[in-house]
Amino acid sequence: MQPVLTLFKREFYGYFRTPVGYVFLIVFVVASVGMMWFVGRFFDTNDAGLNRFFVFMPWIFLFLIPAVGMRLWAEEKKSGTWELLFTLPLSVTQAVFAKFLAGWAFVSVAIGLTFTLPLTVAYLGDPDWGPIFTGYFGGILMAGAYLSICSLTSSLTKNQVIGFVLSISICLVLVLMGWSVFNDLLLSAHLPIWVVDGLSNFSFVTHFDSMMRGLVTVRDVAFFLTLSAFCLFLNVLVLER
Amino acid sequence: MIEAEHLVKDYGANRAVDGVSFHVRKGDILGFLGPNGAGKSTTMKMLTGFLSPNAGVARIGGHDVQKNPIEAKKLFGYLPENGPLYHEMTVSEFLRFIAEMRGFRTGPDRIEKIGRVVEICHLDDVLNQTIDTLSKGYRQRVGLAQAVLHDPSCLIMDEPTEGLDPNQKQEVRKLIGSMSEEKAIILSTHILDEAEAVCNRIIIIANGRILVDEKPEDLRRRHPRYNAVRLTLHGADTKPVLNILSALEPVEKVWQEDDWLIVVPGKDKTVDQLVLQTAREHNWPLASMEKLPVPLEEVFWNLTQDN
Repeated sequence: MQPVLTLFKREFYGYFRTPVGYVFLIVFVVASVGMMWFVGRFFDTNDAGLNRFFVFMPWIFLFLIPAVGMRLWAEEKKSGTWELLFTLPLSVTQAVFAKFLAGWAFVSVAIGLTFTLPLTVAYLGDPDWGPIFTGYFGGILMAGAYLSICSLTSSLTKNQVIGFVLSISICLVLVLMGWSVFNDLLLSAHLPIWVVDGLSNFSFVTHFDSMMRGLVTVRDVAFFLTLSAFCLFLNVLVLER
Repeated sequence: MIEAEHLVKDYGANRAVDGVSFHVRKGDILGFLGPNGAGKSTTMKMLTGFLSPNAGVARIGGHDVQKNPIEAKKLFGYLPENGPLYHEMTVSEFLRFIAEMRGFRTGPDRIEKIGRVVEICHLDDVLNQTIDTLSKGYRQRVGLAQAVLHDPSCLIMDEPTEGLDPNQKQEVRKLIGSMSEEKAIILSTHILDEAEAVCNRIIIIANGRILVDEKPEDLRRRHPRYNAVRLTLHGADTKPVLNILSALEPVEKVWQEDDWLIVVPGKDKTVDQLVLQTAREHNWPLASMEKLPVPLEEVFWNLTQDN
């Protein structure tokens, strides 16, 4: 377990060694707040809650998490450092896990930096704290699932741009399948309800929806965790060649 | 300590390494030579477990690198081709990371290990610089430092002096030489002089197969003009001299090139003493005499061309 901790530390601090990490944090916070305030029209809802913040989360993740995840393995492959890494005494599984955890922790820091939002809401009104906590919990879980997909696609290529586009495409499908507008579209195309329901069961949005309403079910938590585990498992297989 | 047993690696339909076997013992400095694309790097990558072979076994210190990778990886240090490093880290951050990965986690232990490699690789001046800003020579030394940090019993280096200036090359060679007694070392290079200067054993590989596995001097012996001598005379007529020389028993061929008379003995024979003696007997005005230089390049060229 010690090598995992060492690699985790290197990777996590690595985000702060270049300006890219800080740019990401700023963009994430500005985008989250901006979407909630201006696109979500927070004041018009007349609701002291973070519903307007969480609703945009899957969409913000869609662009920003692939930006974090694209470099995970593509960069190591391109610069050749994976040769160094994989000749150190640690297994591929440990390496994949450590790098994923570091990325997840970094994204969690970004999510944590939106702490001013609940404070603002508490100042303006009397929020129901339950959905706020479960929303943050679900958001972090969902971020892990996004990142695991990005880690997998990043390991498939040396080129970060390809990794980025591939990640966005896969994540977009997983968001769309649960997006009500898209589901209505499918229904109007005369697809049977059970098909549309089945599809939406595989979407981030469907499982995140109940969490941002304050409901944490085993089913939703298990969805995010198994999706992450499955992608990381494939990631290990890809790297073991 | 380092064993390769019938290693085979295919890239698609192309067989890059075709049944390579050798055994490197403690005290060996094995030079791995071959034209570009001969399979040197691929073989080294299989030895380190980075690539898995299609057939055959690589063992480090008795551990199969595929079945028991962690144990095997603890025993060797590896300098990959082009010395890839994490460029955004400083030298000290990087060495600290490697030390922790190698299991030196407590303060004094780690400081001692890092201090040792900083000293032998002369890195004290750049410890707090990011690797990004270092010259190629320094980067190569950082790569070397990470490879020997845990004082491994086996050392595998892919072109350790590539891209260094002559002084730096000399320094790296000295460094390798100074570590050789305790370790089994493999290094690849395409500089023959370097292989001869540093290594006590040479393997030449071409098209994925081992052509030669022997001492540098034995390799030299393969040259058709090994042990040949050349001489110049002070203004004498060379015709009779050539005739006398060609009549000598061990001599196979004699000819003249400008002022030089070149005397080539038969295989495994020497002529230098005999030529001197004959010159004295006939009172030739000998101006100079020396062994004909035998460039390893030509041996290498002959071997790899035949293939």
